[in-house]
Amino acid sequence: MRKILLHGSLGVAVLLSLFPFYWTVVMATNTTQDVFRNPPKLTIGPHLADNVQKVLQSVDLIAPIVNTVLVAIATTVLVLFFDSLAAFAFAKYDFPGRKVLFGLLLLMFMVPTQLALIPQFVIMAELGWVGTLKALVVPAAANAFGIFWMRQYISSAVPDEMLDAAKLDGAGFFRIYRSVILPVIRPGLAFLGIFTFIAAWNDYVWPLIVLLDPNKVTLQVALSQLNVGLKQDYSVLMAGALIGVLPLVVMFVLFARNFIGDAVKGAVK
Amino acid sequence: MTARARALRSAWPQYLAISPFYLLFTVFLLGPTLFSLYLAFHRWDGIGEMQYVGLDQFRFLIEDQTFWLSVRNTLIIWVLSTVPMLLLALVLAALLNSTKRLVGFYRVALFIPNITSVVAVAIVFGALFATNSGLVNITLQGIGLPGVPWLTDPWAIKIVIAMLMTWQWTGYNALIYLAGMQSIPSELYEAAKIDGAGPVRAFFSVTVPMLRPIILFTVVVSTITGMQSFTEPQVLFGNNSAVNANSGGPGQAGLTMVLYFYRTAFGQNDYGYGAAIAWAVFLIVMVFTILNWRLVQRRAD
Repeated sequence: MRKILLHGSLGVAVLLSLFPFYWTVVMATNTTQDVFRNPPKLTIGPHLADNVQKVLQSVDLIAPIVNTVLVAIATTVLVLFFDSLAAFAFAKYDFPGRKVLFGLLLLMFMVPTQLALIPQFVIMAELGWVGTLKALVVPAAANAFGIFWMRQYISSAVPDEMLDAAKLDGAGFFRIYRSVILPVIRPGLAFLGIFTFIAAWNDYVWPLIVLLDPNKVTLQVALSQLNVGLKQDYSVLMAGALIGVLPLVVMFVLFARNFIGDAVKGAVK
Repeated sequence: MTARARALRSAWPQYLAISPFYLLFTVFLLGPTLFSLYLAFHRWDGIGEMQYVGLDQFRFLIEDQTFWLSVRNTLIIWVLSTVPMLLLALVLAALLNSTKRLVGFYRVALFIPNITSVVAVAIVFGALFATNSGLVNITLQGIGLPGVPWLTDPWAIKIVIAMLMTWQWTGYNALIYLAGMQSIPSELYEAAKIDGAGPVRAFFSVTVPMLRPIILFTVVVSTITGMQSFTEPQVLFGNNSAVNANSGGPGQAGLTMVLYFYRTAFGQNDYGYGAAIAWAVFLIVMVFTILNWRLVQRRAD
């Protein structure tokens, strides 16, 4: 009896958690009239292809998807490389200024992003990067969270003896990074990679500001424009929302196992 | 060569390793943050000359009714979202902690809202809460209750935004609490049992005190993120031409501090005043973070 109550309550929570997705699918696969009749239709219908076609007719979503994938991949690769390299230096080496530099990083980690937004936009205008994907990737490559998190990871995952052995063999910093550190920190890189990819995929404020040209936006900005343009045709709108959400949810479910554990760990330590 | 110079020289690989980050960091984050402080004391539209105005913009800010409206809106939305979010998360975590079956599935299902983009969620919530045809009102009317003008009433607007945030963050916080609960030594519960405590009593006198640092963490994070809400009202009411763009909906009821900042800086190209607003927001977030920190810590003592 207690078990039934327990799983019943958890089931309700899961239902509330997932219902908006189900309902998005319901709307995206039906016509708007079907969903808005009373009582509303709550089962999946046959009109997905129609609705997707209509979305693509009203807003070009293909280019934004390509832009978003490019930005997310480029950002992820740069963050993984720069952050793991810097984190390795901070975790395993003592050099003059190390504490001050790391302290500065932690301090900026706490400063809210909107403080820097206006000057960032001015800099992009000066560089001629407004409306380009460079404006999204280059600043995002400096990720303080990533260095902080990777430093913790390297400190606990790589024993000092391993480095000492490599040093005795005469290997320098970059050689050790490549042949000792990289293979060991793969699980850490996987988490930071998925985390960075999700953040880049979902980023909205900065792309909204810096990608003025409506033809060169990312997916989130395109979706918000869809919301403005298609306010009445909900089925088509939901087909668009589905396109924006589905790839990430599928990726997440595939990798979720370790990701959630790592995402939660930082808070508990 | 002095010892220090030798140390500097031999550490060149480390400096090289951290230099890409600090280069980008200085150009795109540290520099802009400092420049925005300079900007807050100037009038500037981004094109013409900058004009030094001293504290004028901050004086204007203090008398700016719209700014204070946005502060009030933000605080109300933040309370409406954070309180149910953290309480629900605690209950969910306690439920999850008392079973081993299906926990993997529950964890994934409860975490998915958190990885979903706020833009998509705002679009879906906008459709769910539509006054005439939204599923929520149809359901309410179906069971004989009156529909609610969710997207036009000043309080209902705030509730919808708060629900959106609660939906996105409850599962995340629950999983953090769950991880914390699992690291509580079981001897403590056995001792409580011997002292005659039931499960409810054990929850309040063992679980909650032991979770204290984690609860503190979630309160601080929710304060920082909740006080900076922007995308939720911007997407929900971005096209509200009845008032004006980025107004936060009818009656500006969803105009949050950061949305007001965005509208001033990038909607009206008032960069100087925008920078002043950004710094005011920063100060307010800091004050509330510290207040919360103190409050949660003291309550546990």
